[in-house]
Amino acid sequence: MKAFGWMLVLMTTAVAALSSAAAEPPAGPRAAPSPRASQGHAVLIRNATVHTVTAAGTLEHADLLIHDGKIEAIGRTVTAPSGAEIIDAGGRPVTPGLFGGLGHLGLEEIGEEPTVDDYALKLGAMRPEFDVSFAFNPDSSILGVGRLGGVTFAMLAPSAEAGGKGLGGTIIAGQGSVARLNGALARTARALFIDIGGDASALSGGSRAAQFMLLQQAFTEARSPKSLLPGDLRVLTPGGRQALASYLDGRAPIVFDVDRASDIRQVIVFAQREKVRVAIKGGTEAWRVAPELAAARIPVILNPLDNLPASFDAVGATLENAARLNNTGVKIAFSLDDPQPHNIRKLRQAAGIAVAHGLAWDAALAALTRNPAEIFGVTAANGTLERGHPADLVLWSGDPLEVTTLADRVFIQGEAQPMHSRQTELRDRYLRKLRANAAR
Amino acid sequence: MRKICYFLLAAIAAGCAAQPQKSNQSDKHDEADAVGNPIGSGTAAAPSPLAAQAFYPSTYRVPPSTPTLIRHATVLTGTGTRLDGADVLLVDGKIQAVGTGLQAPSNARMVEGRTAAGESLWVTPGLIDVHSHLGVYPSPAVEANADGNEATAPSTANVWAEHSIWPQDPGFRTALAGGITSLQILPGSANLIGGRSVVLKNVPSVTYQGMKFPGAPQGLKMACGENPKRVYGEEKHEAPSTRMGNMAGYRAQWAEAQEYLRDLEEYQQKVAAGGKDAKDAKPPKRDLRLDTLAAALKGDIIVHMHCYRADEMATVLDMSREFGYHVAAFHHAVEAYKIANLLADNGVCAAMWADWWGFKMEAYDGIPENIAFVDAAPGGCAIVHSDSEEGIQRLNQEAAKAMAYGARAGLDIPPERAIRWLTANPAKVLGILDRTGTLEPGKMADVVVWNRNPFSVYARANLVFIDGVVRYDRQDPTVAPESDFLIGQPAAAGADR
Repeated sequence: MKAFGWMLVLMTTAVAALSSAAAEPPAGPRAAPSPRASQGHAVLIRNATVHTVTAAGTLEHADLLIHDGKIEAIGRTVTAPSGAEIIDAGGRPVTPGLFGGLGHLGLEEIGEEPTVDDYALKLGAMRPEFDVSFAFNPDSSILGVGRLGGVTFAMLAPSAEAGGKGLGGTIIAGQGSVARLNGALARTARALFIDIGGDASALSGGSRAAQFMLLQQAFTEARSPKSLLPGDLRVLTPGGRQALASYLDGRAPIVFDVDRASDIRQVIVFAQREKVRVAIKGGTEAWRVAPELAAARIPVILNPLDNLPASFDAVGATLENAARLNNTGVKIAFSLDDPQPHNIRKLRQAAGIAVAHGLAWDAALAALTRNPAEIFGVTAANGTLERGHPADLVLWSGDPLEVTTLADRVFIQGEAQPMHSRQTELRDRYLRKLRANAAR
Repeated sequence: MRKICYFLLAAIAAGCAAQPQKSNQSDKHDEADAVGNPIGSGTAAAPSPLAAQAFYPSTYRVPPSTPTLIRHATVLTGTGTRLDGADVLLVDGKIQAVGTGLQAPSNARMVEGRTAAGESLWVTPGLIDVHSHLGVYPSPAVEANADGNEATAPSTANVWAEHSIWPQDPGFRTALAGGITSLQILPGSANLIGGRSVVLKNVPSVTYQGMKFPGAPQGLKMACGENPKRVYGEEKHEAPSTRMGNMAGYRAQWAEAQEYLRDLEEYQQKVAAGGKDAKDAKPPKRDLRLDTLAAALKGDIIVHMHCYRADEMATVLDMSREFGYHVAAFHHAVEAYKIANLLADNGVCAAMWADWWGFKMEAYDGIPENIAFVDAAPGGCAIVHSDSEEGIQRLNQEAAKAMAYGARAGLDIPPERAIRWLTANPAKVLGILDRTGTLEPGKMADVVVWNRNPFSVYARANLVFIDGVVRYDRQDPTVAPESDFLIGQPAAAGADR
C-alpha cells in the first residue's frame, strides 16, 4: 500500500514534468508533515552561553525562551510564562542545531544492501531529474542517532557511481533537498549534484575533459530546447531539460564534487559562463585557488580531515584547508567525505580538528550551522539563534566542538526531541547484563 | 565516487580493487624459498614453520640519541598510573626513570613540561595501532598500489603483508604526527585466512625491513562474516557463500595444519632420536600456507580475527577450542559489548572503533559505548584501533569519545586507565609489551609529549620519540621527512599535512 502510494506520487510527477513547459521544479514527494510545536508549551533555558552565530555573537549568562516552538527571547533576564519547563544550563553552551553534511541520510539504512540503498541512479543516462528525496525514509534509525549527536539538518545528496549491477551513473548524480532530523523534508531547499575529476572519469568515457564537454551540451539543451540536436544525439530527456533548466536562474545551487585545483578553476569558469550558482564539495586543493573562489563568491563544503593525497587529485591536501579558505574570505561549510549517514555526528569533531589547525572557533561553528543554511537556503529555520525563528538548537554538556562533549537537549523545528535512539536502547539492554555479570 | 570506493578499501578492500592481483605463488617462488629452508635442507637446524622468518630480518637499528629529560609534566604511564608534575628521563633509547626531581646527565636535552602560562604538557607512551593497512593500501589509492588483499583464494595463509608494504605511503608520517610509534600492518579481510601481519616501528625507511619491529612476532589475519562471503560467494560464485561455509573453510584449514604439524613433529622426533630412523626420516613436503597455520597452532604466530557480531565471535571461540589455538583479539568487534564478560573470561581482547557503525549489516548494532563496556568487564581488555589512514592520526580522540559515552552510561574512566587502550593493551596483543607500551624503566623510549590532555579534539603531539630519538617535532616539520611521493610535486608545495 505504502509502495503503491509512492508510485502514484512518482507517476504524477512524471506526468507533470512532461506536460509542463514552465521552468518550475517538478513537484516533489510529499514532505512529511512537520511535527507541530506544542501550542502554548514553553521552555526556558537559563544561564547558558548562547552562540547565536549572528552579528549578536556569543552571549554569556543568557536566557533563551522557547514558546510555541519559536525562540521568543534571548537575553539576560527573560521571564518564563507560568508552567514553563525551566532548564538551568549552568553556563553550558547552546548552539543552533548542527549540519550533518551532504550524503545518504534516510537513503541508506545500511551499506552493501541494495534493498535499502537508494542513493545512486545507474540507468546509464544523464538524468538530472533524478531526485533522491523521493526515497527519503523519515523512519530510518539513523536519524535518531544523528539527533543525539546534535545534528538537526542535512543535505540529501545522490552519489554518482560507475558500473556495479546497473548500467552505471553519469557525472550528473541528480538532485536532493534538505532534510531535518525530525523526519521533515525541506523540498524547496534543493540542489543539483555533479561529480568532476579523476574519480569521475569512468562516468564520462574515460577523460575528465569530456566532463565539461558533456555538461556544456546538457546545459545548452536545457537552455535552448528549440535548437535541439536529433534525438539520438541528445543527452537529456525532456524531464531532464526541465530539471536542469530550473537551476539556470541561479536560485538553487549546483554542487560540484571536485578536488584538483585545475578542475576547480574549470568549475569557476563554467559557473561564470553559465551564470549559475555553484558550490564546491570536497575541494581538497581549494586552498590553492582561494582568491579566485573568494572573488567568484563560491563556497566550499569541505572535509577538514582530508590531509592525505588520497588520489592524484588531492596531492595538495592539508589540514589547514579550512583555515586558509576562511582567511581568504571563502565561505566554508563542512561535510565528511563518507556519504554514508551513520556517523554524521563525527562532523563536529572534524570541525574541532580544523580549529586545532588554525581555523577560528567561531568560523568552525559557522561552518556547521549558518554557512550551510545559507548555501542551501534554509536560514529561516536553521543555522542561527534568532528571535522569531523556530527553535532548532542544542544544549551541550561542554564545548560543542570537543570530543568529550555530548548533546544534553536537542530541539528541532520547535520540538524537544526524545534523547534516545536505537543505539541507546541497545546500550541500556546490555548495560543491565554487564552490571548483573559484574555483580556475580 | 572516490569516497565510496575509498571507504570500501578500508572496509573490505577487495570489493574495490577492480583487478585483484594475480597470485605470486609460482613454482619458482617455492623453489626460491626452499633454498633457504632448513626443512629437508640437510642442515642441522631444527625444521620449524617459522624458519623462513630469519630470511626477512629487521634491519632497523636504534640510532644514537641525546639523553632527554622531560620535566614537570602530567605523565600517564600506561600502567594505570597518573603522575602530576613528574619527569621522564630517556637515556640510550630507553626509559631510564619516571618520577619527580630526576637528575639529567649534563648533555641532556631538556623538555619543559609546563608552559609559560602554567599549563601542563602531557606525556604518554607512544601510541600503538593494532589494525592498519598503511603501506598495503597506501595513499594515493591507485589500483597499482592496492596490495592488501590476495583475494584469489579464501585461504592465503602463505602471504605476508610485509611483502606488500610500500614504505613511501605518506600515511606513515601523518600517523606519526598523531603519536603512533608502532603499528601492525595486516592483510585485508577479503579472505577467511588473509595471511601474516607484521609489526613496524613508525620510522622513515626506504625498505620495510628498516621499519620492522625487531623481534616482534608475526600475526595471522583471519576474517569472519560478510566480507569473505561477499568476495567469494557473491562475486565469484565460489565457497564460502555463507557463514557456515566460512566456518567449514577455517576448520578444513586448521585440520590440515594439525596434520602437517603432526608430520613435522614426528620428523623432528625421529631426527632427535638419531640412528637409522633419523637417516630415513623425511620431512613433510614444504607448504608455505601450512607453515603459517602450524605456527599459529603452536602459538608462535598471534591470531587476529576480524569479527563484528557477538554470536560469530562466540562461535570462533568454540572453534579455537576444537583446534587448540588462542585468539588474541577480535578486531572491529562492534558487538563486543554484548559479550564483554565472555571475552574477558577467555582472555581475548577486543580492538574497536569509537563510533563507526552501520556501514554494513554486521555493523548495524554498533554503539559508542562499546569500548567502555569491554573495559568495564572484570578482566576485560579494550583496544582502540583505526583500520583507517585517517583514524590512525587521532586514536587519542577516538578514546576520548569512548570515555565520554562511557561516562554518560555511568562508566567513569579516568585518563590513566583509558590510555592503556592505545598503549599497553595493543602492545600486549602484539607480543611486545615487554619492550614498549608503558613508561617503565628499561623499555624502549617510545614517548609522546602532548600540548595538553590528549583526550581532546584540540590535542596535538609536540614531540614524538621512538627509541629515544625525536622522530616528530611540531616546531620543526623537517624532522619527519616527507614521503618520496610528495617531494617535487607542485601541488604539494606549502601543504602542511
